[in-house]
Amino acid sequence: MDERNDRVALLEKQAPVIEPGHTFATVTDKISDVVLTRPITIGWVFGSFVAFMAVMGLLLAVSYLFLKGVGIWGINIPVGWGFAIVNFVWWIGIGHAGTLISAILMLLRQSWRNSINRFAEAMTLFAVACAGMFPVLHMGRPWLAYWLFPYPNTMNYWPQFRSPLVWDVFAVSTYGTTSLLFWFIGLIPDLATMRDRTNKKPLKFIFGALALGWRGSARHWHRYETAYLLLAGLATPLVLSVHTVVSFDFAIGIIPGWHTTIFPPYFVAGAIYSGFAMVLVLAIPIRQFYKLKDFITDRHLQNSAMVMLATGLIVAYGYGIEAFMGWYSGNRYDSFLLWNRLHGPYAFWYYSLLVCNIFIPQVLWIKKLRSSPAFLFLISLVVLVGMWLERFIIVVVSLHRDFLTSSFGMYYPTRWDWMTFIGTLGFFFLAMFLFMRALPAISIFEMRTLLPQAEVKHK
Amino acid sequence: MEEQNKKREEVCPSKKGKLDLDTARARISEAKGPEYWRSLEELAGSPDFQEMMHREFPKGASEWLDAVSRRGFMKLMGASLAMAGMTACTKQPLESIVPYVKQPEEVIPGRPLFFATAFTLSGYAAPILVESHLYRPTKIEGNDKHPASLGGTDVFAQASILEMYDPDRSQDIEHLGAMKTWGNFVDEIRGPLSAQKAVQGAGMRILTRTVSSPTLADQLHELLKFYPQAKWHVYEAANRDSYRAGSQMAFGQQVETQYKLDKAEVILSLDADFLYAGFPGFTRYAHDFAAGRNPNAEKMSRLYVVESTPTTTGGKADHRLPMRAVDIEPFARALASALGAGSSSTLSGEQQKYLSALAKDLQSHRGSSVVIAGDNQSPAVHALAHSMNQALGNVGKTVVYTEPVDANPINQTESLKDLVADMRGGKVELLIILGANPAYDAPADFAFADALKNTNIQTRVHLGLYQDETAELCHWHLNEAHYLEAWGDARAYDGTVSIVQPLIAPLYEGKSAYEMVSALAGQGQTSGHELVQNYWKKQHTGADFDAFWRKSLHDGWVEGTKFSSKQVSAKSVSAPSSSSPAQGFEINFRRDPSVYDGRFSNNGWLQEVPKPMSKITWDNPVMISPAMADRLKLASEAMIQIELNGKKVVAPVWVQTGHPDNSITAFLGYGRRRAGRAGTAAGFDMYPLVYSATPGFATGVNITTTGDTYKLASTQGYQTMETQDGATRPLVRSTSLEEFKKEPKFAQEEEPPPSLTLYPGFDYSKEPNSWGMTIDMSSCVGCNNCIIACQSENNIPVVGKEQVVRGRHMHWLRVDSYYQGDRANPKAYFQPVPCMQCENAPCETVCPVGATVHSTEGLNDMVYNRCVGTRYCSNNCPYKVRRFNFLLYQDWETPQYKMMRNPDVTVRSRGVMEKCTYCIQRITWARIDSEREGDKGGKITGQVRDGELQTACQQSCPTNAITFGNINDRSSKVSKAKSDPRNYSLLADLNTRPRTTYLAEVRNPNPELEG
Repeated sequence: MDERNDRVALLEKQAPVIEPGHTFATVTDKISDVVLTRPITIGWVFGSFVAFMAVMGLLLAVSYLFLKGVGIWGINIPVGWGFAIVNFVWWIGIGHAGTLISAILMLLRQSWRNSINRFAEAMTLFAVACAGMFPVLHMGRPWLAYWLFPYPNTMNYWPQFRSPLVWDVFAVSTYGTTSLLFWFIGLIPDLATMRDRTNKKPLKFIFGALALGWRGSARHWHRYETAYLLLAGLATPLVLSVHTVVSFDFAIGIIPGWHTTIFPPYFVAGAIYSGFAMVLVLAIPIRQFYKLKDFITDRHLQNSAMVMLATGLIVAYGYGIEAFMGWYSGNRYDSFLLWNRLHGPYAFWYYSLLVCNIFIPQVLWIKKLRSSPAFLFLISLVVLVGMWLERFIIVVVSLHRDFLTSSFGMYYPTRWDWMTFIGTLGFFFLAMFLFMRALPAISIFEMRTLLPQAEVKHK
Repeated sequence: MEEQNKKREEVCPSKKGKLDLDTARARISEAKGPEYWRSLEELAGSPDFQEMMHREFPKGASEWLDAVSRRGFMKLMGASLAMAGMTACTKQPLESIVPYVKQPEEVIPGRPLFFATAFTLSGYAAPILVESHLYRPTKIEGNDKHPASLGGTDVFAQASILEMYDPDRSQDIEHLGAMKTWGNFVDEIRGPLSAQKAVQGAGMRILTRTVSSPTLADQLHELLKFYPQAKWHVYEAANRDSYRAGSQMAFGQQVETQYKLDKAEVILSLDADFLYAGFPGFTRYAHDFAAGRNPNAEKMSRLYVVESTPTTTGGKADHRLPMRAVDIEPFARALASALGAGSSSTLSGEQQKYLSALAKDLQSHRGSSVVIAGDNQSPAVHALAHSMNQALGNVGKTVVYTEPVDANPINQTESLKDLVADMRGGKVELLIILGANPAYDAPADFAFADALKNTNIQTRVHLGLYQDETAELCHWHLNEAHYLEAWGDARAYDGTVSIVQPLIAPLYEGKSAYEMVSALAGQGQTSGHELVQNYWKKQHTGADFDAFWRKSLHDGWVEGTKFSSKQVSAKSVSAPSSSSPAQGFEINFRRDPSVYDGRFSNNGWLQEVPKPMSKITWDNPVMISPAMADRLKLASEAMIQIELNGKKVVAPVWVQTGHPDNSITAFLGYGRRRAGRAGTAAGFDMYPLVYSATPGFATGVNITTTGDTYKLASTQGYQTMETQDGATRPLVRSTSLEEFKKEPKFAQEEEPPPSLTLYPGFDYSKEPNSWGMTIDMSSCVGCNNCIIACQSENNIPVVGKEQVVRGRHMHWLRVDSYYQGDRANPKAYFQPVPCMQCENAPCETVCPVGATVHSTEGLNDMVYNRCVGTRYCSNNCPYKVRRFNFLLYQDWETPQYKMMRNPDVTVRSRGVMEKCTYCIQRITWARIDSEREGDKGGKITGQVRDGELQTACQQSCPTNAITFGNINDRSSKVSKAKSDPRNYSLLADLNTRPRTTYLAEVRNPNPELEG
């Protein structure tokens, strides 16, 4: 009883996770209406069109890439990896928030996650799709990408398992598959709801097919809960392992700036950091335009902001250790790396990174600013830029000046680099736009569990 | 009728008498012992027996007449035709072809043959061996038996193979733009020639480049006898006029100067860049110089270089004194006076200090010192060098005088001046230009192109490899045969004659200068072979000409043609000092280290080989000193306008450390209008500033900035071992001879233990071969030869300026040059960097598909087929020696290039990583041979005999800086080199355990000038 009172007291202090006054019916109506009855707005058409044009740009850039080769990009010797790998790591990182929200927070019984997990998972899927393009596109001979998989062949030849790129293949493909399953399983009860609520025949058929015959029986719910819990258990280690493996792409290399043991935790923290920033970038407009403030409340924004603050500090610690080790190791290459970050040709971007990732987000300590959605939106954008710069600094700045002074070089992205990057942004947002209109962006049945009516009454 | 019967009998033997088996059996049974067998053989061989066998086992064809079997036969044939049709994907040519009945002598398909011939540059022959794969020349190597080569070559000789296959070469004979044939030319030139004959050739002029060919000179002299009033003019921009004038001044006659650098202990260069291609005798001089620089030997030579622009020679100097070109003559005078060979002049403090130490050093090495003057310098400097060498007692010891190599040693500038005067004066009616391109490279004040347009010259004939600027202004253009396509002869720097033998029939039916002159003499059908052979038949006094000819062709030189030394004595130089106004800046004109005087403009290999000091490719920026750049507020890549005597040229600048102050260096040979796809419009034409009076350098230059910038393609943006944080990386390690004697192992450092790796090791010591390489940086003179040799051997593509700017040049082997110390006069170091073939190769562990793997012989192999192009290996390579095909760099279409490529090396496609393989194709051949012939003890162990195998870079190196071989063979050269105390690994602290190691550089500074 005491425990419960405490919880109530805490809840009263904080903003609620769902605004008062809702019933099961209003929750279902509000969320499903976005898909079923809401007319298409000019804003949606315009946003989708811009994203669509960016996707067309991506198609153009990729066609030209396949025609000519990766030489259309700015990469060279010594900077063999450029935008493609920067974008890959950035997108993969963004995906992490979705899995964290849906899996880890679920296991930790953080029920506030229920209103944001659905679109955060969708975000994960689309981000992983964007990320997954780059390793293939950046290959010199992309049509041979399947050689990275251990498939049976007449030459009896396997991938080289010492290479972190092979680990990457497993990590990312497992992550992509698990995320998709997790998202889809979570959608089934809602798909059934949509099937039951729509009047249109084709939609009924599509939703019906996707709902896999869900009737909401107790047995169904039992199976569902078990499967979902199992998948959450599967996805939880992935949150940590995927970006750890991605960080091995660098940490296994011997290049100063890559070869460091701090990378795995620092990459995971950075991933969650940028992921939550992207969640906020999506959540704030969604709740605004689709009038879902009742479900995505200030509480959600605050919690996300605090996760950002915490992971941002871990990232800051990572930078600090890197700088410290540059000095403390006494290694001439590491100390030059530090000098080069601070004074070299890309110094401006390093300082921008520090400002974006460390200094500006510190204002989140102030509760007033943390509770302002507009302000949070801006901070999130800054963090996204900062995290992109972080990957740029790690990939490009480490490579451009390594061991032999004779091989020092520079990297300048070309228009094709930008078109590809902007194209994947377009792909991501176009997918989000379509998702918003095609599927319930907030989990209806999980939201219903948040209502007081859902509480099991103890006698 | 009878014939028909006979035929019938042939096909149907049953009509003929049958072999009686019983008789045969009787015959055999009668015989005994050996006779028995003989009888069997006889029997088996007898036509009767064969006939019987034929009937017994019919061949099918004999069944033709039998209607029933004919059907069976038709069925069989039909089926086999259908089968044949399925397999025959290649079409037979319509014409009848004849297969090898006997394999041609010496040709083993897949294995190359080597032919001796000679590459000629400005008259001086470089003796070479050309690798020929089934009669396609593919690679040029030095003739190791020839004293002028000893196996080494130079960049121009190496790259000339690309010139031969250049698809932009002139491919036909044209008259006023219309295509003609050689026959047309021979017919139509008859008219002008007979007109000239009438006036004894008064209107006939022949212009050539420097000719050292005895045959061609003889032909021209014969022709001039026929047309007594005609004149033979000689001009090329890279002439040696001041060298000749200096000889004239000192000796009163023309002599050739040769140096014996291996015997010299103190070497002084007065603006002579004798350690780079283009200096006559470079290959041998570099070899001899390096031989004298071995710190382990008893004596090590000392090199002083006084120079007006940074060169590799200056880079190798123990004491380098940068000085304006105009100041070198007073310096030489002062030095001569200090050595007791001339009048004195006043010098600045620093110069005086240098001079007195130098003079002392020279004095104490009388007879073992040498003074070399550069072709750019005034005749007086050459004359002073002669008198100094005489005063030092060097003549006959380190300096040898001989007859001139040039067959017509005249002042070429004067010669061209006369020609232009005659052209303007309307005295020229028939002008024949053989190979020269004066419309592009003649001194500006001659306005040769204008003079050439003079309408009095009714017939202008141009023979050249390219349809160049001069060809454009001539009525006739004839495509010249490349030296690899035509017969000829030429003299090396020591006078030895090499017969130039063709390796391939002319690709475009070009004609050589020999054939052209012969046509002028009315014998248009005489082949070059006959011309050269006939000349040598006249010269040959011995009995067996065929044997002589074969031997000369085989060896690559004609026995007994080497010039013997000549006794001359230098007069004291009384020439007035050619004082010039010192106002304004000085401009130095230099032939380009890559395109020479412009003749190699269209050679992609040479365009893309980084210039040894600046590492610039594809351009010729003007060099200025850092101090001057600061004063004028100029940075590299800024455009400036250079004004000299009213002529203006715009060009970008390059701030070159070590360049003398108040002076700029302009490289000639760029800015061509009609060079070809690679050369046209590359760089900036500096010839408009070259005047006949000041061919080497001029003063009074005005420089103004234009405010524009121009992108230059450098392959090494950072030319110091110091990083900006103030630390220095020990990449090139060097010390002085004195320090070296005290601490021979100065370069070595503690290496991490081999166990310090996650992965299991491999015991290479049990393998028959373990390849290793050492590069001696004391010997390396940075001549770039290895780069071109590697490019030629390994089918390395040319990527073009734009790709070089992006940092994507493809050279498997690069030569890093570093500067250390004072920017005004730094020390320079050259470090060739091939793949290190690390035993713990960082590239291998990160490749996701196993496309780069280690061999049991310790090679880091690249499997192109397997490469998917993630570039992780390159990122992880601390030496950055891996090269990536970012685009499709190889030319897969041009048929000429298909012929040129080394068939033993894969032609890489787009998206694939590549790198130095230690010439694995050569290793494989050597291994196959060793498996057949045994090792040095004759046993078949698979161990390759030391010296049997040379990598392309090693083979081409004139200084033997590169040693390659089996490190498991304790007695091999490379094993010995690796046990040298100077041996060290680059970036050893990374525990890569490289197989390529370096021998640290040891310099021999004069203690008096140190500190």
